[in-house]
Amino acid sequence: MKFRNHIKIAWQALLRNKTRALLTMLGIIIGIGSVIAMVSLGQSSTKGISSEISSMGTNAVMVMRASQTEGGVNIGSGNVQTLKATDVEAILAGSSNISMASPVVKASKQIVYGANNWPGAISGVNEAYLEINKYEIASGSNITADDVRNSAKVCVIGKTVVDNLFKNGENPLGTVIRLGRIPVKIIGILESKGQNMMGMDQDDIVILPYTTVQKRMLAINYLHMISASAVSENVSDLAVADIESILRRTHKIMEGNDDDFEVRTQQQILDMLSTVTDMLTILLAAIAAISLLVGGIGIMNIMYVTVTERTREIGLRMAVGAKNKDILTQFLFESTILSIAGGIIGMFFGVGLSFTVSTLLDWAFVLNIPTIAVSFIVCAAIGMFFGWYPARKAANLDPINALRYE
Amino acid sequence: METIIKIEKLHREFKMGSETVRALKGISFEIHKGEFVSIMGTSGSGKSTLLNILGCLDKPSAGDYFIDGISVSKLSRDELSTIRNRKIGFVFQSYNLLPRTSALENVELPLLYNNTVSSDERRERAINALTQVGLADRMHHTPNQLSGGQQQRVAIARALVNDPVMLLADEATGNLDTRTSYEIMSLFQELNSKGKTIAFVTHEPDIAIFTSRTIMLRDGNIVKDEGIKTLSARAALDKLPVSEDYDITVGIQNEIEN
Ligand SMILES: Nc1ncnc2c1ncn2[C@@H]1O[C@H](COP(=O)(O)OP(=O)(O)OP(=O)(O)O)[C@@H](O)[C@H]1O
Ligand SMILES: [Mg+2]
Repeated sequence: MKFRNHIKIAWQALLRNKTRALLTMLGIIIGIGSVIAMVSLGQSSTKGISSEISSMGTNAVMVMRASQTEGGVNIGSGNVQTLKATDVEAILAGSSNISMASPVVKASKQIVYGANNWPGAISGVNEAYLEINKYEIASGSNITADDVRNSAKVCVIGKTVVDNLFKNGENPLGTVIRLGRIPVKIIGILESKGQNMMGMDQDDIVILPYTTVQKRMLAINYLHMISASAVSENVSDLAVADIESILRRTHKIMEGNDDDFEVRTQQQILDMLSTVTDMLTILLAAIAAISLLVGGIGIMNIMYVTVTERTREIGLRMAVGAKNKDILTQFLFESTILSIAGGIIGMFFGVGLSFTVSTLLDWAFVLNIPTIAVSFIVCAAIGMFFGWYPARKAANLDPINALRYE
Repeated sequence: METIIKIEKLHREFKMGSETVRALKGISFEIHKGEFVSIMGTSGSGKSTLLNILGCLDKPSAGDYFIDGISVSKLSRDELSTIRNRKIGFVFQSYNLLPRTSALENVELPLLYNNTVSSDERRERAINALTQVGLADRMHHTPNQLSGGQQQRVAIARALVNDPVMLLADEATGNLDTRTSYEIMSLFQELNSKGKTIAFVTHEPDIAIFTSRTIMLRDGNIVKDEGIKTLSARAALDKLPVSEDYDITVGIQNEIEN
C-alpha cells in the first residue's frame, strides 16, 4: 500500500480524537523537554565554569590545612595549627615561581553600624590578597604593609556590606564600624564582583590585616589558609611543587609522613567543580530519561485502550480490504506520529526552558544539536517500540469478531 | 447468464471446546449477474455465517466457493483482503461508519486500501457514489449529523465506491423504521436495475418481497430457493400513510421531482 495513504489513514484517525492525542503526547513532551533542558543547562553551567577559569586566571594557588584522621576517623582540618605567617615569608623567599602570597585568617563577627548590623564574613589577609584574588578598589585604599605590622584597626569592605550597613547612602569611607566588640575604620570599598560559580556572593566580604584578626579577634597565632599567585599559568605546577617542599621543610615533616597541608590550584578546584556539575548533569538527564520512558509507556497504554475501543473500526477496515499489515502500519504510524509530534513540542519546550533559566542565572545558553537529534530519533523509536504491541494486537483481530464487537 | 457466485456443498463448523456447531451443512447454489437475492431464515439458521463466507470474511470448513470465477477456498488472508477490496461491497445492520469523519471520507475508505486509485480519482469516485445514493449535498456531514437512513445510504455509497461485482447486506434495514426501510429497499432496487448483483440477508418477509429470489435457510440447510414476483419498493412507499412523523429524505424527494 502507498506510504501516503498510510500517513493519511493514521493522521485522520488521530484528528478524530485531538484531545486524547494531545494528552497522550504529554508524557513525551515532558520527557523530551526535560532531557533537553537538563543536558543544555548542564552544559551551560560547565561552560560557565570554564569562562570563570579564564576570567580568574589559573595563576591562583591555595594552601589549605589538611584534614586529619585520628584512629581511622576523619576529624577535619579544625585542629591543624601548623600553618604560620612565617610560612608565607618562606614561600615568597624560597620559590621564584610565586609572585605574591597572603596569609588568610577567617572569622565571622556581627558588624554593627548605628542601628544596622550584618553578619560579617571576615578575611584577615595582607596587602597582596586583593590583587591575588582579582579584587579592585572602588574608592579609598587597600590595607598596607604598615597596617599589617601594626595590627591596625582598619578594613576594606565589599558592596553587599556597604548596602546593608549604610542604608541611607552615607559615605562609608572613614566611618568606624564595630566588628563584635572591636571598632574598625573603613578605609576602602571594593568594586563589585557579583556571585562566583557556586553562587556565593563575593561582595559579602570584610578585609582586615590578618594580624588584627589573629590578635584582636581570635587570639590565635596560626593561619587558616595561604592564598598565593604563581608567576604565570605555565608554572603553577612548579609553584605547587615548590610550596610543598618548602612547607614540608618548615613544618619539619619526616620523610614518609603525610603533609599537614594541601596545595590546590584554581584550575584543580574548577576542574573538580566541572566534574561535579557533569555528574549532576548526567544524573538529571537520567531522571529525565526515565520520564521519557514513562511517556513511552503512556503511549503504549493509550494505544492499547484505543485498539480495544476501535475494534469495530478495525473490523470494518478489514472488511473493506485492509490487510493485517495495513492495520499494523496504521497503529504503528499513529503511535510514531504521536511520539514524534510530542518530541518536537517537547524540544521547543526544553529549549525554551533552558534559555529562560540560563538567561535568569546569567549563564551562557548552550544549544546542543546532537542531543536534539538523538532525542528526536529516540522519540521515533519509542513510538514504534511502544506502539508495536498494541498495533500487533489490532492487526491480529479476526474481522468477523471485530465487526461484531460490542 | 454470467455466474457471479457459485458455492458447492459448503460446510461451516464451529468448534466450541468438545462440541461442534454445524452452522452450514453442505449447501449449494449459484447467483447470476443482475440478481437480487434475499437470504431468509430464523435466527441461528446460518444466514450471517453464509454471508460472511460469501463476503470472504470467513472461510468454509469444506466445500467450494467461486466468486467471479476465482476459487476462494485456497486463498491466503491477504488475498482474501484484496478480493474484499475489489469485488465485494458490504452493508451492515449498524452502518459501521467512522465517527467524526465526513461522509465523503467514509466513502473514500475502501479506495485508500487500493493502490491503483489516485487521490483525485478516489475523491471523484466517492462523490459519484454519494450522488448515486442521493447524498450529494451531505458530503461533508459527519455521521452524528445524519439520520439513520442517511447513515445507511453513506454505508451503501461506501459499498459501491469500489464498483464491486456483488453487494452483500446483512439486515441492512434492521435498525430502520418501515418508511426508511422501504426507501433503502427502493435504493437497492434502483441499483439492481442498473445491473448490481445483490445478496440481502433479512428475516422480515415484507422486506424480502422487494427482491427477485429468496433462499430460505433452516438449521444450516436450504429449505427453499425460488424466484418471486418482485414488488416495487417505490410503490409500497407511496402507499404508506403520509404522517407528519415521517420526514421524507432529500434523495427520495429528488426522485419524486424528477
Ligand atoms: N463464531 C462462532 N462460534 C461458534 N458458533 C457460531 C459462531 N458464529 C455463528 N455460530 C453459530 O452458528 C449458527 C448460525 O449463526 P448465524 O450468526 O449465521 O445465524 P443467523 O442466521 O445470522 O441468525 P440471526 O438472524 O440471529 O442473525 C448459530 O447456531 C450460531 O450460534
Ligand atoms: Mg445474523
